[in-house]
Amino acid sequence: MYFQLAWRNIWRNSRRTAVIMIAIVIGVWSMIFLSAFMRGMEYDMIKNGISTLTGNIQIHQKDYINDPVIENSMHSPIKLETALKKVLPPVAHWASRIRVNAIASNARHSSSITLVGINPIPEAKVSFIGNAINNGCYLKPGDMRGIIVGQALLNKFETKVGHKLVLMSQDTDQEIASRSFRIIGTFKAQLQATEKQFAFVTITAARQMLKLKKGISEISIILPDNADANPVATGLKTELSADLYQIQTWQELLPILNAYIEIFDGFIFIWFIVVFIAMGFGIVNTTLMAVFERMREFGLLKALGMKPWWIIKDVLLESFLILIIGMIIGNLLAFLCVFALAQSGIDLSAFAAGAEFAGISRIIYPAVWIEDVIISNIVVIILGLLVSLYPAAKAARFTPVEALMHT
Amino acid sequence: MGIVECKDIKKTYQQGKIEVHALKDVSLSIDKGGFAALAGPSGSGKTTLLNIIGGLDQPDSGSVSVAGNTFEKMTQSQLALLRLHNVGFIFQSYNLIPVLSAVENVEFVMLLQGVQATQRRERAMAILDDVGLEGKYHRRPAELSGGQQQRVAVARAIVSNPSIVLADEPTANLDSKTGNGLLEMMRKMNEEKKVTFIFSTHDKMVMDYARRLVLIRDGRIVDDKIK
Repeated sequence: MYFQLAWRNIWRNSRRTAVIMIAIVIGVWSMIFLSAFMRGMEYDMIKNGISTLTGNIQIHQKDYINDPVIENSMHSPIKLETALKKVLPPVAHWASRIRVNAIASNARHSSSITLVGINPIPEAKVSFIGNAINNGCYLKPGDMRGIIVGQALLNKFETKVGHKLVLMSQDTDQEIASRSFRIIGTFKAQLQATEKQFAFVTITAARQMLKLKKGISEISIILPDNADANPVATGLKTELSADLYQIQTWQELLPILNAYIEIFDGFIFIWFIVVFIAMGFGIVNTTLMAVFERMREFGLLKALGMKPWWIIKDVLLESFLILIIGMIIGNLLAFLCVFALAQSGIDLSAFAAGAEFAGISRIIYPAVWIEDVIISNIVVIILGLLVSLYPAAKAARFTPVEALMHT
Repeated sequence: MGIVECKDIKKTYQQGKIEVHALKDVSLSIDKGGFAALAGPSGSGKTTLLNIIGGLDQPDSGSVSVAGNTFEKMTQSQLALLRLHNVGFIFQSYNLIPVLSAVENVEFVMLLQGVQATQRRERAMAILDDVGLEGKYHRRPAELSGGQQQRVAVARAIVSNPSIVLADEPTANLDSKTGNGLLEMMRKMNEEKKVTFIFSTHDKMVMDYARRLVLIRDGRIVDDKIK
C-alpha cells in the first residue's frame, strides 16, 4: 500500500510530475547520449592516431626518438621477431619500417617529408595506408622505383601519378643519398598534414637508397580493438634489453592525444555535474512544492501514528518513482538515438576544419561505454534521493497540530 | 485510575506579542468506556486539551497519561507509536487521505501497525459495514458525502481497537440529521465495543448525547457533570 500511496500521490499533480520527469529524461538522455558522442570522438581520435603509423606499441633503437637518423636503426630484426612471436597475442599484427627525414623535389617544388619504407603486405594490416589509396595503386613487395604520396603533396607539387619524384636523405655512410622514384599512387588521410608529410616506398627500395643492409627504424604493433597496450609493452620490455631498445605505447608516443582524452574525460565528468545540479534543483523544488501542498496530510499521518522516519521514507519513495521512470525513459531514448546514428554517424562537416585540427574525423559514430551509462544512472538515482532528503526531512519535521491547522 | 489522567495542565500560546493562556491548571480523569464531551465556546481551550490528551501537543507543565503511559520524557517516535496503538482521531474536516479509497483509508492504520494484508482488508470491510458504508469500499473521499466521509473517519479511528477515540467537533460540518446518525452510531460502538469517546464540541446535540459533560471556559474547567 505504501507503493500505491506514493504512486497515486505523484500523479495528483500530473502536470508538475510530467515536467520534472521530462527534466530527468532530458538529463539522463544528455548524460548518456553526449557521453557516447564524446566517447565516439575519443575512439575516433585514438583510431586515427594509432592508424597514422603509430600503432598501439612501437619499438625503436633506444636513441631513435630523440635523434631519428639512419644511424639509430635496429640491426637485429630476427631477435625482435622472436620476442614479438613470444609476447604478442595471436590476433595482433606488426610491421617493420624504415623511417627517415628526406627532401622530396621535382622540377617545380621541393619539400621536407618523412620517407617511410614499408613491407606492403604486413603494413596494410597495421596502418591506414593499405586502405587509403585514392588514385593509382598500392606498393607491391620488392618494387624498387614506385612511391606513394599524399594527395595534398601531389597537388602542392603540381604533379600527377606516373611522374617522377626525387628523394634525398642521408645514408649510413653519412653521405647524401639521392634516388628518383615514380609516383604510382596517392593516398587520402583524415588530416591534410598527414598527406603532406609521408611518402611511402618499399622497405627494400629504402634500404638500397640508404645503404642499410637489414636494419629497420621501427616496429609498429596493432593490438585487437580496446586491448590494453600496457601489459603487452611490459612483456616486450622483459624480452628486449632496455639498453638497446625503447618500447612505447601510443599514450607515450602521442602525449597530446592522451592529454585530449583526459580533457574529454574531464568534460564528461563536468557535464554530469552540470546536468545533475540543474536536475537536482528541479527535484528539490518540485518535491518541496508537493510537500508544502500536502502539509495537512503529513500532519494527519503523524497524528495517525506515523513516525518521522516513515514519512521520510514515504517522500523518498515518491522521488524514487519519479527518478526511476525518468531514468528508464531517458535510457531508452539515449539508446534509441545511439542506435539510430550507429550506421550513419554524426556529420561534423560544418566544423570540419576545427575537427580536423583536433584529429577528429568528419563523421563521428557514437560509442556507448557501459561505465558511463552506469555512472549516469547512479548519479541520478543516488544524488536524486540525496537532494530529496531535504524536502522529506521538512515533511517529517511538521508538528501535527501546526500541520493540521494548515489550509 | 482513569484511562485518561490529566493533572495541572498549563498551556500558553504566543500570538504575536500577546500571551494566550489556553489552559490554566486543568485536571481531568476519564474512565474506560466513557462517552464524554469537552464543551465550551470557541477559544475556551477544549481543542488544545484534546490535542494534549492525544499527544499531538505538549503542555507547558502538568502531566498526562493515556492507558497507563505517561507522556513526560516520551520522544516524538514513542508518542507516534502510542497514538498508533492507543488513540483514534476523528477531525472536524474528516481528514481522509484523498488518494486512498474508503477501505484503504481504514486499512492504513492497520498497515502502520503491521497487520497482515488479508486480515487488514477483512477487518476494514467489516468496520465499514458497521458504520453503514457497505458497498462503498472503493470510493475515494471525493466520491463520498460529508457524512459518509466522517463515517470512514470513525471507522478508521476505531478499527484498531484503540484505548480512546478523540473527536474534535465531529458534527460541525454535518447537517443535524447526519450528525445525529453519526452520534447514534458512535454511542452504539461505545456501548457494544466499550470504546472510550472524548469529544470537543459546542454542538448541543453532542452535549445531549454525552454521558459526561465537562464545561471549559477561558482555559479552566467550570463544570463537570455526569448524567
